[in-house]
Amino acid sequence: MPRDEAGILSEIKRDFILRRLKEGKRGDGRKPDEYREISITPNYVPRSPGSAMVCLGKTKVVAGIKVEAGEPFPDTPNQGVLTTNVELLPMAFPTFEAGPPNDTSIEIARVVDRGIRESKMIDIESLVIEPAKKVWIVFVDIDVIDFDGNLIDACTLGVLAALKSTIVPGSKEGGKDFPLPIRNTPVAVTMVKIGDTLVADPDLEEEQLSSARITVSTTEDGHIRAMQKGDVGEFSMEEIRKAINMSSNLGKAIREKYFK
Amino acid sequence: MGTASDIKLINEDGLRLDGRSADELRPMKIETDVLARADGSAYIEWGGNKILVAVYGPREAFPKHTQDIDKAVVKARYNMAAFSVDERKRPGPDRRSMEISKVISEALSSAVMVNQFPRAEIDVYIEVLQADAGTRIAGLTASSVALAAAGIPMKDMVVGCTAGKVEGQVVLDLSKEEDNFGQADLPMAVLPKSGNVVLLQMDGDLSVEEFEKASSMILEATKKIHKIQRDALAGKYKAIALERSGE
Repeated sequence: MPRDEAGILSEIKRDFILRRLKEGKRGDGRKPDEYREISITPNYVPRSPGSAMVCLGKTKVVAGIKVEAGEPFPDTPNQGVLTTNVELLPMAFPTFEAGPPNDTSIEIARVVDRGIRESKMIDIESLVIEPAKKVWIVFVDIDVIDFDGNLIDACTLGVLAALKSTIVPGSKEGGKDFPLPIRNTPVAVTMVKIGDTLVADPDLEEEQLSSARITVSTTEDGHIRAMQKGDVGEFSMEEIRKAINMSSNLGKAIREKYFK
Repeated sequence: MGTASDIKLINEDGLRLDGRSADELRPMKIETDVLARADGSAYIEWGGNKILVAVYGPREAFPKHTQDIDKAVVKARYNMAAFSVDERKRPGPDRRSMEISKVISEALSSAVMVNQFPRAEIDVYIEVLQADAGTRIAGLTASSVALAAAGIPMKDMVVGCTAGKVEGQVVLDLSKEEDNFGQADLPMAVLPKSGNVVLLQMDGDLSVEEFEKASSMILEATKKIHKIQRDALAGKYKAIALERSGE
């Protein structure tokens, strides 16, 4: 994850956060397994067939969906196509640069994509117009407009809300418009390890202090659909078990509160 | 994961298409010093995977803005040869290989004593000559042998393996068919001394119990793979000792 302008966190802040964690509290007063406040505005860009703006603490992203007719992949002639892209806009952070996606934005996009794809959230078999010739392609594009940590979860929330509001423009292909068929709600929960403590939904300062990151996406049935360990540090198996459990619990709470 | 298929991946006796049992590894071979120019190199054959790894460095990190004043930067580049898969792969980095390069670099950085080489970079070039499922893990496993062969100080080796779910069963070391048509894929790499996880990715559908089973299968397998790594390195020094005694 990106560091701040100077590439470092001031020592006074670092000591403060580490000291608070020893007392079981985080820099901003949260408990280790507590999420920041989430606000979701669906249909934020009405010109888009599906969209949402998500604020996760001070992190802000806008997800937009475009659905266009196109050719299927040769090896999946009876399936629609899903592609996910994340733009780390220069307006969001001092060291974000314009230009082609770098490995950070590619990793975020691929982890977000994996959670959505592997949960089979979208019924892509129903997105075929003419087998092997024409299918619906679901373009998911996410603009990161303000960065304060945990982009994987913020982007996933944006995509979930945007996909759920998406209308497929079937009338353009001689049919009827229909809502994108949705089967479940895969929630990604990211945790980082600071010292020996696992904290969920890290803000930027916590990301800068952390040694390793783990994202676990779960669905309603409590199954794991995607995981990604990131950054240089290590996790013991016990910590991974704890992360899976934390993700499953938080995922359930988020699903019930925001995606009922 | 891939689409459904009519191929039966596990037969009535519980054996897989290639005759393996659920917790059996494919044949594996590792060699060191296969390239003359590189500071260290390794070659791995794992099932049908054929992968070369070359290590250069530590050397001054370039471009300069990539330097870290406190430590060396490990830059792994995972690349698939155009001829490594059935359909020609367009040469050069794509999104998949960029992500894999990133997670491999991070996993190797956990093992290398990077603090000894401020402002330096250690380049690890991974070339997949033939791909047969599990290339990232095979490349990472060979990379740590190549780093050791280059004499780069490490606190431990990095050893990886995959597990997954095929026809509802948890199996070790997925084959190409199992990777394409299975229900889950879990690549994982650990530092063998501590058992700590330095690479973990997963996609598909696993219950918590299935994850437990898959990860313990992997941990068991990494002990065997770690021995193959050590034997490859020991072989290198045995050959040198033999040469010396002949003088």
